[in-house]
Amino acid sequence: MGNVIGIGASPKRKEDQRFLTGRGNYVSDIKRPGMTAGVFVRSPHGHAILRGIDKAAALTAPGVIAVLTGEDVAADKLGSLPCGWGISDAKGVPMKEPPFPMLAQGKVRFVGDMVAFVIAETPEQANAAAELLTVDYEVLPSVVGVLEAVRPGAPQLFDDVPNNICCDWELGDKAAVETAFRKAAHVAKLSLVNNRLIGNPMEPRAAIAEYEPGTDRFTLWTTSQFPHVVRFLMGALVLNIPQHKLRVVAPDVGGGFGVKQFHYGEEAVITWAAKRVMRPIKWVASRSEGYVSDRHGRDHVTEAELALDETGKFLAFRVNTLANMGGYLSTFGPNIPTNLYGPLLGGVYMTPAIYCNVKVVFTNTVPVDAYRGAGRPEATFVLERMVDVAASEMGIDRVEIRRRNMIPKEAYPYQTPVLVQYDSGDPMGCLDGALVAADVKSFGIRKAASASKGKFRGLGYSTYVEACGLAPSRFAGRLGARGGLYESATVRVHPTGQVTVMIGTHNHGQGHETTFAQIVSEKLGVSFEDVDIVFGDTDRVQFGMGTYGSRSLVVGGAALSKATDKVVAKGRKIAAHLLEAAEVDIQFEAGQFSVAGTDRMKTFEEIAGAAYVPHNYPLEVLEPGLEEQAYYDPINFTYPGGCHIAEVEVDPETGTVTLVNYTAVDDVGTVINPMIVEGQLHGGIVQGVGQALFENAVYDEGSGQLLSGSLMDYCMPRADHMPMMKVSTHSTLCTHTPMGVKGCGEVGTIGSPAAVINAVVDALSHLGVTHVDMPATPNRIWRLLQNASLPVAAE
Amino acid sequence: MKPFAYHQPNQIPDAAKLLVSIEDSKLVAGGMTLIPTLKQRLASPVALVDLSKLGNLKGITDDGATITIGAMKPHAVVAASKLVQAKIPGLAALASMIGDPAVRNRGTIGGSVANNDPAADYPAGVLGLGATIVTSTREIVADKFFLGLFETALEPGEIITAIRFPVPIKAGYAKFKAPASRYALVGVFVAQFADGVRVAVTGAGSGVFRVPPMEAALWQNFDPSAIAAIKIDTDGLTSDIHAEADYRAHLVTVMAKRAVDAALS
Ligand SMILES: Cc1cc2nc3c(=O)[nH]c(=O)nc-3n(C[C@H](O)[C@H](O)[C@H](O)COP(=O)(O)OP(=O)(O)OC[C@H]3O[C@@H](n4cnc5c(N)ncnc54)[C@H](O)[C@@H]3O)c2cc1C
Repeated sequence: MGNVIGIGASPKRKEDQRFLTGRGNYVSDIKRPGMTAGVFVRSPHGHAILRGIDKAAALTAPGVIAVLTGEDVAADKLGSLPCGWGISDAKGVPMKEPPFPMLAQGKVRFVGDMVAFVIAETPEQANAAAELLTVDYEVLPSVVGVLEAVRPGAPQLFDDVPNNICCDWELGDKAAVETAFRKAAHVAKLSLVNNRLIGNPMEPRAAIAEYEPGTDRFTLWTTSQFPHVVRFLMGALVLNIPQHKLRVVAPDVGGGFGVKQFHYGEEAVITWAAKRVMRPIKWVASRSEGYVSDRHGRDHVTEAELALDETGKFLAFRVNTLANMGGYLSTFGPNIPTNLYGPLLGGVYMTPAIYCNVKVVFTNTVPVDAYRGAGRPEATFVLERMVDVAASEMGIDRVEIRRRNMIPKEAYPYQTPVLVQYDSGDPMGCLDGALVAADVKSFGIRKAASASKGKFRGLGYSTYVEACGLAPSRFAGRLGARGGLYESATVRVHPTGQVTVMIGTHNHGQGHETTFAQIVSEKLGVSFEDVDIVFGDTDRVQFGMGTYGSRSLVVGGAALSKATDKVVAKGRKIAAHLLEAAEVDIQFEAGQFSVAGTDRMKTFEEIAGAAYVPHNYPLEVLEPGLEEQAYYDPINFTYPGGCHIAEVEVDPETGTVTLVNYTAVDDVGTVINPMIVEGQLHGGIVQGVGQALFENAVYDEGSGQLLSGSLMDYCMPRADHMPMMKVSTHSTLCTHTPMGVKGCGEVGTIGSPAAVINAVVDALSHLGVTHVDMPATPNRIWRLLQNASLPVAAE
Repeated sequence: MKPFAYHQPNQIPDAAKLLVSIEDSKLVAGGMTLIPTLKQRLASPVALVDLSKLGNLKGITDDGATITIGAMKPHAVVAASKLVQAKIPGLAALASMIGDPAVRNRGTIGGSVANNDPAADYPAGVLGLGATIVTSTREIVADKFFLGLFETALEPGEIITAIRFPVPIKAGYAKFKAPASRYALVGVFVAQFADGVRVAVTGAGSGVFRVPPMEAALWQNFDPSAIAAIKIDTDGLTSDIHAEADYRAHLVTVMAKRAVDAALS
């Protein structure tokens, strides 16, 4: 028996060795023989008619190989970039789904929309030639905000999408909600904005495409979270390349956060172009290019109302949201503010009636799609802010009102009025744990200490739940998914007992190579070092839906667990033969197959050897080899959740908010590697804090220019913004995943924005402040305080 | 980045000659401002004249009543200089607040002053201390040097060789960092001399400027309370996505008080 490092251990991450020593293999590290360089020419206008493109000067520039435009795409009859979800309105009318050409045709609809692709011998030559391209634009007024876009007379992006509304979606029992509101003792109201975010993964997007005429095969290396899905969407729906003639490789990828889980036009253009020029082509986005082309996140304007009885019990919740889709439908776009938003509005509470209406709106901005949390942070923010507003209006303590409405542990499984059924959870336990960990009891002392320095201190809670582990295919299909959402794993045991796993999820920072190896090490009793995890290559991995929606461990890990079970089952058969015993008498424990009640045994290595050298082997009934595959499609989402408590200090003189304490107690089910879970929580929380306090994608209404288009103007959270976080778990086990896991990739980002803003509002509540929009920048807080203190000054 | 020629002269006159003789040539010091503009193809000089081999631009000297810092001194070295810390601690503190460690290790005082970014820190220290800009051809007092938004009194081919700072009785700098860039959203440098007080503001407008009412008030009483009620007119102040002019005006008073506090501590 080797060095088993199993479930619950925290070994250092296997993959970090290569990352920290500069030996990662990212797309931009890859060089192909005869490789050329591609550059995209992008629209500088938010909205314009594309009158024509004069290629002549660019084509004669030094080193230029080709210049391709939307006309060439149209001439080759290529498909539109597909949307993976089709939602419908209340009457069942499908969403408006205008084409999204990979290079603009007729019109450009956002700053960054691609109009041409220039291929040259070097990136410098391609850039120089791109500047020589003459594009004739007839500039139109842009509309960038959702409120503006649905107003009569607003600029229209598409001729056949009136008022720019893609879909008027709803969920829940509207009539029951109206009845409950009529009976309510109190109705609390809240208007809020969920700010637009830009993902900013460390590694910008990049791609290399190559065509081999000898085999008629294409290879695309791309910074993707889901290479098999790119192969399907791009091959089958855009470029008409048969699946077996297309290989998609997503090697090491430097962070995704959702930004890399879409099929992008750049991938299709470069693959198509590689055959046209018969040379490999590489494109690497600059950071600035990422700002105007990586899909953005969030961007909602919401009106919410909560009906309560006289004791503070929630009777009904009504939410009306305008959600920004940007200029076109991205891969998951319309699914995010609808199916991943409405069903979460029940939160951890027993609200009996919920109604949600979401108008999904086109604007002249970068398409909006999933960004870490995707829909669920937005839902949590509305609900957890709403609860605080109601508590303060009714004079009920914020923790007490949560307790009065919380689903008790015993009430699980719990069916919400908005589709989802939570299998397990203990929100009260998380809350109790967090109250202690955050030392809420002595908050008053800390507040007084702040006050003595002229600072306002506030405490904010977020007791939340999310739905992840995307997803049960059947459920998703009913909601409009156009694909499945299962996962697959192959466990290949080598003749000498080492193991290679081929899995369809993609590791781009999450530590899968470590976590998955721990599962195999534990289940097969093999050394942790003897397990390698292979992912990100459609030629090496059977199939997969990729990594997003906190699904890798929940769905992929479950497939892996099933495949290892199959390996053990086959091993048992081989052992029974070798040990001349009945299969039912064979036990497998700690890497050894033994006959129950005897000392006769075979090691895992011996069984693997026998499988590949089948001299003494039941060949009549059993195939040689030891390799098993499993697909897993969950029966339900998983529902991690927890309680986050933020503590802030506000400097009223400058409006600066400082996060001084942060506590999270989360229920993520079984924890495989506590260190990695803690890291995921840290990162997730920081991203949520980024949304709450710093990040904001700002567009100029009218021109459609992105005003926060660089790190100089778009504020990312940094290490010195954060206090030491107190993160722990209080887990109940998921009842339907094989290992009881729930997923932890997004919880931090989902729980934290509401906790932080609730703390800021708490700090300022004595001045009459009832809401602060995100991000709570110094400028915004100072302005609020100016307005808040006016009546005081007038007295 | 577009291709360019690269020169690395050893003598100031050689550098000046190259600058004048090659049209569209540019000096490069730390490159922290220039190189990004080249990479974004916003500037495309035909030649760069690198100042890094001009050894005589790197000293810090104590001249008694003044301290002279060579143009090629990186921010990190000024921040860590025992001499600057002893004589003008507010200036060492200012240098330590610029950018991040990489920028402080590469960026130079000469480059910062020549560039005159409206949100840069050094211009506030140079104007606030009433320093003298020493160039390859002459000496220019700070009050005549900064001419607004990236404009200075430098002539084509003129090279800053050093900045000479009079040693104040007390001086302090307070910076309110712009959230994303961490340049000064508003930075205020305050210096007390035997014959007066100077208050210089960066970040708030299109270029560094002085605030005479605060200078007068602090001359009477060098204490934060003396200027707490002095409000700055929003005319000419910057409004952008990070802060409107009225907020910047408010911050000038707050940062001026904090700068005085820093000077007194
Ligand atoms: C990420 C980042 C953050 C930053 N944050 C801050 C900040 O918080 N505060 C701040 O003040 N600055 C900040 N900066 C700017 C930094 O301080 C620069 O170093 C400085 O502005 C320019 O100095 P340099 O030596 O790099 O000049 P260079 O980039 O080499 O040159 C800048 C300009 O000055 C000219 N020049 C250089 N030296 C001379 C000379 N001796 N005589 C005449 N002309 C000359 C060049 O021709 C060029 O036009 C930041 C920069 C970056 C990249």
